[in-house]
Amino acid sequence: MNPAAERDAAAEIVELRVPCRAEWVALVRLATAAVANRLQFSIEDIEDVKLAVAEACTAVIQHAAHGEFIEVTCEAMPGALQVRVRDSGHAAGTQSLRLLDFEQARGAGLGVFLIRTLMDEVSYDVHPDSGTDLRMVKRLAGRPG
Amino acid sequence: MDIKVNVREAPGDCYVVDLSGEIDVYTSPKVKDAIGELIDRGVYHLIINLEKVRYIDSTGLGVLIGGLKRVREHGGSVNLVCTNPQIKKIFDITGLVKIFGIFETEDAAMKALA
Repeated sequence: MNPAAERDAAAEIVELRVPCRAEWVALVRLATAAVANRLQFSIEDIEDVKLAVAEACTAVIQHAAHGEFIEVTCEAMPGALQVRVRDSGHAAGTQSLRLLDFEQARGAGLGVFLIRTLMDEVSYDVHPDSGTDLRMVKRLAGRPG
Repeated sequence: MDIKVNVREAPGDCYVVDLSGEIDVYTSPKVKDAIGELIDRGVYHLIINLEKVRYIDSTGLGVLIGGLKRVREHGGSVNLVCTNPQIKKIFDITGLVKIFGIFETEDAAMKALA
């Protein structure tokens, strides 16, 4: 990749790292909405992405064995926005959020349901040492999956 | 970002809770406290006005569901006033439209309580 192309590609990724606390979820929501807006998602789809990302952060805050940070990466893909939400910075001896725990955690059901309903693709990776990596994709309306 | 909560008495043993702002994991405890305080005082018919709410997530929905469960134990009810299409959509896709009475105006919500 030539330097200009590399610069352009790099410019399409936005990373955010916030403390794993409730008061920071609004910032994540606003930043994600700004990225989705830049990619020309409709207002309705922007609201969907905002809610899904906030639900993922909320799940980490409420149900993970508290990591220190939430890391959010928004990546522009052809015709789509990919958002990854990771919990990180776990204290020794604690575990990160696991899919099974997340799905079965008391009170998490509605949030998980919303994420799965509002986004086009949802998947998890669990890294025992570094935390859980939730990947969500929202496609621009009219783009095939 | 914050949530404003205003509680006022309405005719017919009913109280209206006006909410304004965004209801999420950070602000929902304030809403929960306001609703819980009314129920603790014996108010079992509530109208929750969401007209000025710009955003609600699952924690906010959880607070409303929790309030509804508590008032129903006393034969009460919770009606919602909501005109924001995005918020109505959340109630739709979660199936909560079948549990709550959702109305376009406060008058309609009040008449339905009667």
